[in-house]
Amino acid sequence: MKQVYVNEEWCLGCHLCEYNCAYANSGEPDMVKALKGKKIEPRISVCDKDDVHFAVSCRHCEDAICVKSCIAGALHYENSVVVIDKSKCVGCLTCVLVCPYGAVRESDEGVATKCELCTTNSHGTPACVEGCPNRAIVFEER
Amino acid sequence: MQSYLIIGNGIAAAGCIEGVRERDAEGKITVVSKENHPVYCRPLISYYLEGKTDLKKMMYRRESFYRDMKCEVIYGKSVVKLDEKEHTAHLSDGSKISYTKACLATGSVPFLPPMRGIEKVKNKFSFMTVDDMLAIEKAVSEKSRVLIVGAGLIGLKCAEGLADRVADITVCDLADRILSSILDEECAAPVMKHMEKHGTEFMLGDTVEEFDENRATMKSGRTVEFDVLVTAVGVRADTVLMRDTEAKIGRGVTVDNKMKTDAEDIYAAGDCTESTDISSGQKKVMALLPSAYMQGKCAGINMAGGSETLENEIPMNSIGFFGMHIMTAGTYFTEAEGGKTVTLRYENGIRKFYLKDGFLRGFIFVGKTERAGIFTALIRNRQPISEVDFELLKKNSDYTGFSSENRRKIFGGVV
Repeated sequence: MKQVYVNEEWCLGCHLCEYNCAYANSGEPDMVKALKGKKIEPRISVCDKDDVHFAVSCRHCEDAICVKSCIAGALHYENSVVVIDKSKCVGCLTCVLVCPYGAVRESDEGVATKCELCTTNSHGTPACVEGCPNRAIVFEER
Repeated sequence: MQSYLIIGNGIAAAGCIEGVRERDAEGKITVVSKENHPVYCRPLISYYLEGKTDLKKMMYRRESFYRDMKCEVIYGKSVVKLDEKEHTAHLSDGSKISYTKACLATGSVPFLPPMRGIEKVKNKFSFMTVDDMLAIEKAVSEKSRVLIVGAGLIGLKCAEGLADRVADITVCDLADRILSSILDEECAAPVMKHMEKHGTEFMLGDTVEEFDENRATMKSGRTVEFDVLVTAVGVRADTVLMRDTEAKIGRGVTVDNKMKTDAEDIYAAGDCTESTDISSGQKKVMALLPSAYMQGKCAGINMAGGSETLENEIPMNSIGFFGMHIMTAGTYFTEAEGGKTVTLRYENGIRKFYLKDGFLRGFIFVGKTERAGIFTALIRNRQPISEVDFELLKKNSDYTGFSSENRRKIFGGVV
């Protein structure tokens, strides 16, 4: 399955992927309206240490512990992509407790949110990949 | 053809059904369900009272689940006797079911110590099932005074669920702090304060001496007037069916890492079992939804001839009250037990890490819970602390605390 991978040697730490992610998932057609003056809630996050930078997002594990642990039956697979049914999620955050990658977070609405490879928004293909200026983030089969 | 019998219809049963079907598309699966409901998300009963979910949304699987899984469910009946040698289960209506492999997924039952005068209380409930939840919903009004006996996970979630529906809530517990099974004193205090701010009253270190219909007289001499009583003192693994079998029973039915009991062709999964907690090496009743599902699935796969094992179970909890999140995992070894505690205090929270013999064994996070899973994985994978930069990891709580080689392995980067 095609996945988002980050080549950390190439990551500049510009955090642009976070903005592109937040925009793609905002449902707003206008990027300025989507992001200006707002606290963004990206589903990919860049970690920085000195001159080391890398972005982390959901790995869409084959036998994902978040799916097995979801107490609300909200996390599930759609065509091998781990997605969340927000109407079922009650915000217990058990997924945050078990995700070994730290790739699930709580949204402002009090439910869990995570990368769904842009399959559930209007973008269609991973916005973080498309907008990466140094092509550090790739979407490929490995 | 194999015939699989699953006793119980909770999360462990759902896992078992899915496990069996991964390997055996045709074998007959029969589920005996005491409750008259398809499998639902049991921990969501408090969220229902709170208005965060509804009866339909709290179903664990889609409506066509049992049909898709070609599985017969017998509702409203229970297994009263298991004949290990004959491979036969006797049901409450006198009928019998034969099986080739069975899975005990009976969960737990509320434990109620003898309490003087309890029989005089008319409006009393447990808080374990959808039926309990519906009964409580029906019994309360905005004028209700609710007394909850037990300040554990169940009692406090019930308090949160009812907070906006009743006049007042008092929670009492013999322990001197709330959530004593998962929190230490220092971490319990801010949670209790937060709940008090939201209207919950506590009477800790105190117990009910005697009940009248609407009054509890406490050991301390104080009295609590109430209209509705919820008892949430504790639960016990429901192992009664295994008494006449070869299975070992501790605090739950003992299972090995394949979820097999010592009884012939009988597996067990979920809250009725005790299994090994790798953070302490002790046998424990996990009584957690993730464990129930994973154990059920593991049992199902093995019942259908597979060889699945579950090696890295630990107790863990993610629970919140009125917006304050708590995450705990593993075992909290004290200094006397050779453990070392590292505490980080934040403006709105606290993180405690428990280390022993070069491994992270447990943690308590209150208020500051983001990316807790990185630490859960350290415990579950028994990764030596020496392999990470723990100073950085505990501070940043991200993968900067790992070596780039480690990161490449974990994230599948180009090597």
